[in-house]
Amino acid sequence: MKKMKKFTLSATVAASLAFFAGTASAQVSDALEVDGTVISTTAPAPDFLDIDQVLSGWLFRTPETRALQTDDFDNPGMVFVDQAIDDWNAVDGSEGKSCASCHTNGPEEFAGLRAELPRWDEAQGKVMNMEDYINLSRVEHMGAEPLKWAKPRMDAMVALISLQSRGMPINVAIDGPVADMWEQGRELYYTRVGQLDMACANCHEDNYGVMIRADHLSQGQINGFPVYRLKNSKLNSVHARFSGCMKNIRAQPFAVGGEEFRALELYVASRGNGLSAEGPSVRN
Amino acid sequence: MKNSMLLAACASVALFATVAIGEVAPTDVVFSDTGAVEGSLTGVAGDPTNGAMVFKNRKKGNCLACHSNSDMSDQQFHGEIGPSLDGAGSNWSEAELRGLLTNSKNTFDGTMMPAFYVDSGFFRVMSKFEGRTNLTAQEVEDVLAYIQTLTE
Ligand code: HEC
Ligand code: HEC
Repeated sequence: MKKMKKFTLSATVAASLAFFAGTASAQVSDALEVDGTVISTTAPAPDFLDIDQVLSGWLFRTPETRALQTDDFDNPGMVFVDQAIDDWNAVDGSEGKSCASCHTNGPEEFAGLRAELPRWDEAQGKVMNMEDYINLSRVEHMGAEPLKWAKPRMDAMVALISLQSRGMPINVAIDGPVADMWEQGRELYYTRVGQLDMACANCHEDNYGVMIRADHLSQGQINGFPVYRLKNSKLNSVHARFSGCMKNIRAQPFAVGGEEFRALELYVASRGNGLSAEGPSVRN
Repeated sequence: MKNSMLLAACASVALFATVAIGEVAPTDVVFSDTGAVEGSLTGVAGDPTNGAMVFKNRKKGNCLACHSNSDMSDQQFHGEIGPSLDGAGSNWSEAELRGLLTNSKNTFDGTMMPAFYVDSGFFRVMSKFEGRTNLTAQEVEDVLAYIQTLTE
């Protein structure tokens, strides 16, 4: 199995090199399909938005960058998924267990989870993110140290579990016990910050589809997270991306894993309701 | 000679984020009802060459992030958020341009264009930019002098 993978990898690397050499005429359609899984990159916008359609960030990238996501052997994010599989099987902590010891059906058990997160968890009495669930298991069930948010080991595990939901429609609840937090997230989305005095909405709602210098502005959706970025050659978490956008407008970012970014994540995730879970996706 | 001494003074004072003698402080700028600002912020004539540098520099004005400008067709990427600045030097008076560079919100209600000579009233400014203006008063005058060369 592993061997076969390597073989196919080198074959596609050769193919994609030829593809780059072919340059300008490189065309990729707006339909994204990976290994037979159809990924919806457009959807009717949720009722609370003033726009008609929600659009995956994939659509805003160049044909070359898009192409990297059409085949898992070309997707550089999949290397980290492989690392997470090793981590999944590795015993850690005082209980002598690995993830695999409890989740005997493999990470596939979590199909659908990504699409619902962040979500209210009655047992925990709070809104939970993927990172929270990973650390809950590590601490409570394995007796291991929690993983740090927005660090490679965590981002890779988030990628592995997100992958299980690939192609499933994002369906984040915004009412009931999460309503207040969602409202807080919405407020942050429209609040201008930093010396450049801009809100998320200025770029990702009012100006998606246009160029801001060399960058083609997307809707800033998070259905594709974690995202492998060609710019920094690693997986990037949702909160790391939020930090990056805040720094660009010379704002002091909120804390990764903190209350504000959790609220913002809930809100931004819900703006993508209807799009497919796509992670790990590839961006520039 | 006098000018260059004043310039040097401005430059070193700007380092400490205070206002040079003869410079109008950000909070003292007087706007007309339509957002125009009469009279130089520094008393020193703007330098269009430095203005062009500030205009395209990503760490300074970064005006090209949002505006295209045919005069800079040698620069690779021009933004599409704001209008093209071709002809802006004839379309707007000096006072109007000074006003919209200082604080464009007085000219265009709710605009996304940053204020370039405002140092307070922002939310969660990164500490190294706290209490500071985006450009110095002289840089605003320099960019203004450059924009005035963009006539059709
Ligand atoms: C000055 C413009 C600007 C502002 C303001 C801004 N962003 Fe971004 N953002 C960008 C650019 C440019 C990119 C990279 C291209 C793209 O995907 O839009 C980006 C990318 C993103 C992405 C990645 C999308 C993907 O598919 O990979 C997310 C998520 C995002 N932004 C969220 C936010 C949030 C939340 C805020 C507010 C805290 C914010 N942005 C504020 C410019 C901005
Ligand atoms: C983040 C985006 C952004 C940046 C950066 C920016 N602008 Fe603007 N600018 C705008 C927008 C948008 C408008 C149109 C006014 C509106 O509707 O908000 C505008 C309008 C203008 C106008 C009036 C043009 C016309 O014909 O109506 C001038 C002149 C101008 N900008 C100059 C500059 C200069 C010089 C800089 C840099 C020092 C700059 N801008 C930086 C977004 C920006």
